[in-house]
Amino acid sequence: MDRRIYGVETEFGVHYSHPGARPLTPEEVARYLFRPVVEWGRSSNVFVSNGSRLYLDVGSHPEYATAECSTLDELVAVDKAGEVMMQRLIDQATERMAADGFTGTIYLYKNNADSAGNSYGSHENYLLNRRTEFRRLSEALIPFLITRQLYAGAGKVVAPRTGDADPGTLDRDRPDGAHFAFSQRADHVMEGISSATTRSRPIINTRDEPHADAAEYRRLHVIVGDSNMSETTQLVRFGATDLMLRMIEAGTPLGDHQLENPILAIRQVSHDLTGTAELSLRSGQRRSALQLQWHYLEQATAFVERHGAHHDRLDAVLDLWERALDAVQRQDSTGIDTEIDWAIKQRFLSRYADRHGLDWDSPRLAQLDLSYHDITPGRGLFTLLQSRGAAARFLDDDAVRQAVDTPPATTRATLRGRFIQAAREAGQAYAVDWTHLKLSDRPLLTVATKDPFQTSSERLDELLRSIPSADRTPAEGRQDGDASSIHPV
Amino acid sequence: MSQQYSGSRSEREEDVPAPDPVPAPAGGSAQGTTTDLDSLLDEIDSVLETNAEEFVKGFVQKGGQ
Repeated sequence: MDRRIYGVETEFGVHYSHPGARPLTPEEVARYLFRPVVEWGRSSNVFVSNGSRLYLDVGSHPEYATAECSTLDELVAVDKAGEVMMQRLIDQATERMAADGFTGTIYLYKNNADSAGNSYGSHENYLLNRRTEFRRLSEALIPFLITRQLYAGAGKVVAPRTGDADPGTLDRDRPDGAHFAFSQRADHVMEGISSATTRSRPIINTRDEPHADAAEYRRLHVIVGDSNMSETTQLVRFGATDLMLRMIEAGTPLGDHQLENPILAIRQVSHDLTGTAELSLRSGQRRSALQLQWHYLEQATAFVERHGAHHDRLDAVLDLWERALDAVQRQDSTGIDTEIDWAIKQRFLSRYADRHGLDWDSPRLAQLDLSYHDITPGRGLFTLLQSRGAAARFLDDDAVRQAVDTPPATTRATLRGRFIQAAREAGQAYAVDWTHLKLSDRPLLTVATKDPFQTSSERLDELLRSIPSADRTPAEGRQDGDASSIHPV
Repeated sequence: MSQQYSGSRSEREEDVPAPDPVPAPAGGSAQGTTTDLDSLLDEIDSVLETNAEEFVKGFVQKGGQ
């Protein structure tokens, strides 16, 4: 597909700290966090006016699912906008909790693991043509997803092994001592491909909810990724994955690199910063993560030469992909340590460790690892690094702020955003999901938006005209909008 | 800005300047962000809560998806 719908769902970790005081459970804190959402939408599961979804998920994780995006700029901006919304929820909850006598500190982490080994996800959605045979697609894609941590990994300080290495276990190849690894998520992935999410945590989840015409499209749900803080890391992660999908959709032969044991391989890759650990293929051959990724990059570059660039960030994607592999190969990350999450994090933590004479088993480094993912500006390590120029970006604060209030213009999310805004301004009860817009008192006029690329709808215009106070153009409506009523946060 | 966020290190809060809105460079650290990183290395302890081990262990929750 030349234009693809992308989305990413992020589960945030909740941490309330108040040394010496009664601890609050994540559930209690999450309830405080979502109180403004419930007051706004009478539910803890709402669509907000930028077209995205905000909700409390399994295990009381605040979750944010981006609206449908069709460019990488939109996707990263809308994802970052979710962090802004979460911060507003933190600010409000902090006030309310203080009024109730809870004066500790709320931390929300955009990461993938707590200290007890629980994991939560960053789930990517890619719209695919139904014509592409799914089995062939997943066979070709899984070795890529297992090895892309070389540039998509968020980095992790790994605690020392507690027992003896058991040769039968999946982590038999990891070092015994504390160390730095590429990925947050790799150690928690339990299956290659499955319909489960919580129980077995596969790489690709087969749940096929295209939220679109199912005869034409299907959804690819990738749940193996780390949550990224860095905009540039997100660019190469989503951009390279899209290129792989384009090649597979076009029938480009990519070779058979199916892995003998995908979940062992993903751990081998994560715990080997040299990128050279040999992974066993089903064919009996062995390949390193670097070899596989160089191969995919070469194929992608040739593919783009043959078919042309399909978006204007493609050069940046290919360039960073190449520099990241080169950095791993040369074992010198100075060329990517403002652009790739694991390298940005490793650079700062290594410098800190050197200065204070710490080893990787120091709790302070584990704390800094968490701090990197703390979304609060001026406190979270990544936000501090970015404000000092030690983490690069390709968007700016204005683009992110705009994405908080404005849906992506290139997809049906723009219809959803317009509808929510108009309905709220007029004080009308409404219901929306990914494919429907409904005013509660006009159910027969419900607008179905089956085509995710649709950006205008006569039926929606008609529905909005039926609201007395909403008969104005969308642009005016947006300017006139009362932010306090069209937004929960 | 930092004081509302830092935990129990109130005596050091004044030391932390608000982050400057410096535009980020393209390319890696080779292009020169060492000085900024040095100052952040000096300041980071004042935004972290003091008992690292207790702090990290205190972050536990149910698994998500």
